[in-house]
Amino acid sequence: MTRLMAEAINIRTHKAVRLTIGLLVLGAALLAITMLSLTTGARAIPPEHVWAALTAFDPSSTEHRIVLDLRLPRTIVGLMVGAALGLSGAVLQGATRNPLADPTILGINAGASLAVVLGVGLMGVSQLSIYVWLAFAGAGVAMLVVYAVASLGREGATPIKLALAGAAITAVLHSIINAILLTSPRTLDEVRFWQVGSLSGRTIDIAIQVAPFMVLGMVLALATARLLDGLSMGDDVARALGQRIGLSRGMAGLAAVILAGASTAAAGPIAFVGLTVPHVARAITGPGYRWILPYSMLMAPILLLGADVLGRIIAPPGEVQVGIVTAFLGAPFFIALVRRRKLAAL
Amino acid sequence: MTTTTADITRIVAVRRAAATRRQGVAAGLILALLAAFAMALYLGDYPVAAQGIIQSLLSPLTGLADRGVDFIVLQVRLPRAVLAILAGASFALAGIIFQTLLRNPLASPDIIGIAHGASASAVFCIIILGWSGLAVSLGAFAGAVLTALTIYLLAWRNGVTAFRVVLIGIGMAAMLAAVISYLFTRARLNEVQQAMAWLVGSLNAARPADSIVLGGAMLVLVPLMIALLRGLDAMELGDDTARALGAKVETTRLGLMLVAVGFAAFATAAVGPVGFVAFVSGPLARSLLKGAGRGFLQAALVGALVMLVSDLVAQHLLPTVQLPVGVVTGACGALFLLWLLMASGRSGRVN
Repeated sequence: MTRLMAEAINIRTHKAVRLTIGLLVLGAALLAITMLSLTTGARAIPPEHVWAALTAFDPSSTEHRIVLDLRLPRTIVGLMVGAALGLSGAVLQGATRNPLADPTILGINAGASLAVVLGVGLMGVSQLSIYVWLAFAGAGVAMLVVYAVASLGREGATPIKLALAGAAITAVLHSIINAILLTSPRTLDEVRFWQVGSLSGRTIDIAIQVAPFMVLGMVLALATARLLDGLSMGDDVARALGQRIGLSRGMAGLAAVILAGASTAAAGPIAFVGLTVPHVARAITGPGYRWILPYSMLMAPILLLGADVLGRIIAPPGEVQVGIVTAFLGAPFFIALVRRRKLAAL
Repeated sequence: MTTTTADITRIVAVRRAAATRRQGVAAGLILALLAAFAMALYLGDYPVAAQGIIQSLLSPLTGLADRGVDFIVLQVRLPRAVLAILAGASFALAGIIFQTLLRNPLASPDIIGIAHGASASAVFCIIILGWSGLAVSLGAFAGAVLTALTIYLLAWRNGVTAFRVVLIGIGMAAMLAAVISYLFTRARLNEVQQAMAWLVGSLNAARPADSIVLGGAMLVLVPLMIALLRGLDAMELGDDTARALGAKVETTRLGLMLVAVGFAAFATAAVGPVGFVAFVSGPLARSLLKGAGRGFLQAALVGALVMLVSDLVAQHLLPTVQLPVGVVTGACGALFLLWLLMASGRSGRVN
């Protein structure tokens, strides 16, 4: 008996050690990709010059200006957006217990898009820094409506009702978006470039605008790990263990909407990352949100920044938007993973 | 365990109640559909009296012709209403087959990549090849079928699991959506507008030929579907049990998926990827049935009804503009679904 328990403890520590090493490796990879993002672009800048720009900034040097004014803000936004997308996807999948749940399905992206389309179409907004607030407000309102609709009725916001309500609201919002885009060519012209999801042209102001929300969302999301583990056993078991289901879902939903809203605000709607990265993380860590959340949080920005770097160099002199590259880079990898391993159902 | 006469009586009573419910729901939906159909023939810019419409409809039999009225009724309104019904039913059947097979209400063809395949292919045809009209429809059809086959092949690994199909479908959907976005950012604005109009889906250009092609396809697909559905009862017990009971699990699943892809592809080729009908019809039909059956027939009726009513709203909501039907299906379908979600608090469960 004691031998068995000792063995069980041994296996658990072994797993913890393995996963911690994994986290460190991911952290190193993230650092490397961050450096790559600062050095690559239309003009390659060697790492020592980047370092000099960061530590001893010389305003007269073009290289230093490029690093500090263009690449650094873009990289920071990329890191934040990536981490936010990965976390929000993982949290939403856990809270709704649906492997298909992601910000797109719960209406968050559609809300952000509609707000931007309305801003461009009706108020003639054309500044990225105003898009940020519009998108954020739209995402928040959409998610509130989805949650309110799903909470109606006796049993409250069950996973299936959340998913269906999200899809329904998304459909309504897309109807309105389509009606506006079909009747206003000017809006279509403006929005088609935002709609792709891109990091180019993001200034440090945008990073500062969304940073508080990102931090708040991340703290909240990481704090829900234990609640999500409870929910993953099914509502009845979780309730029997003394967990307050509605409160847990509400908190997870709040974290997800803050993160997804902030990232859509900063970079436009980027699909795929939030949906698939958690599946990859789960394939490595096994069940248990204590590990899935940090893994998702580190893997997603690696994918996003990597895609952004690639997008800058594959089609010179122009660049391919990050939303397009993530899909083309991530999807084959994801499909290969789905084929190779038995990804866990939720 | 012995089965007493009382048990048998109870089982018979439950079954009879379920059958009554199924028939009641179907009858109600058919009545609503007939009413909407009558409205579709009656409403329009050119006023035609009800009598004139009936006379036109019967003119092939009676030989009583009034050229102007006949043109409006037989060449404009009738093909449009018929195409709406056929396409709506096709989308609904495609949706409910996937939702049933993959056991996930989110797994309709507009989410797992098949609609994306049709759309990406059509946008490519419009923007890169400069095609229009029928050629785009053919392109969309090929795109849908090719995407579905790719998903199935990629998901194949000593058999196909529902979960793999859904996840690989999502991967494909993301890539295809990226293709569309990319083409949108690289094209001239008027091409983007043209592609956008196709993507929303419309019945404005409905011709009798569209209905004939789609109707012909359905004549083949519906009997196939009914034959394959027999194997589905066993499969709901789980693949292993079903195999033990002698069901051909793989054949049934592949067959049903092909049928569903056929429905989705033909309907998309005819009217464009009209959103939400495939997604909403199955859950709606099942909640009307309250567990009294799988609801394929009822889902098809719901789909036809949503499409026809949406098109009526699209045509007559704004006095000056004819909206494409795809703008309205989202709103109509969603209102239905929201009402359902709210009502489900009283009646029990959704789906």
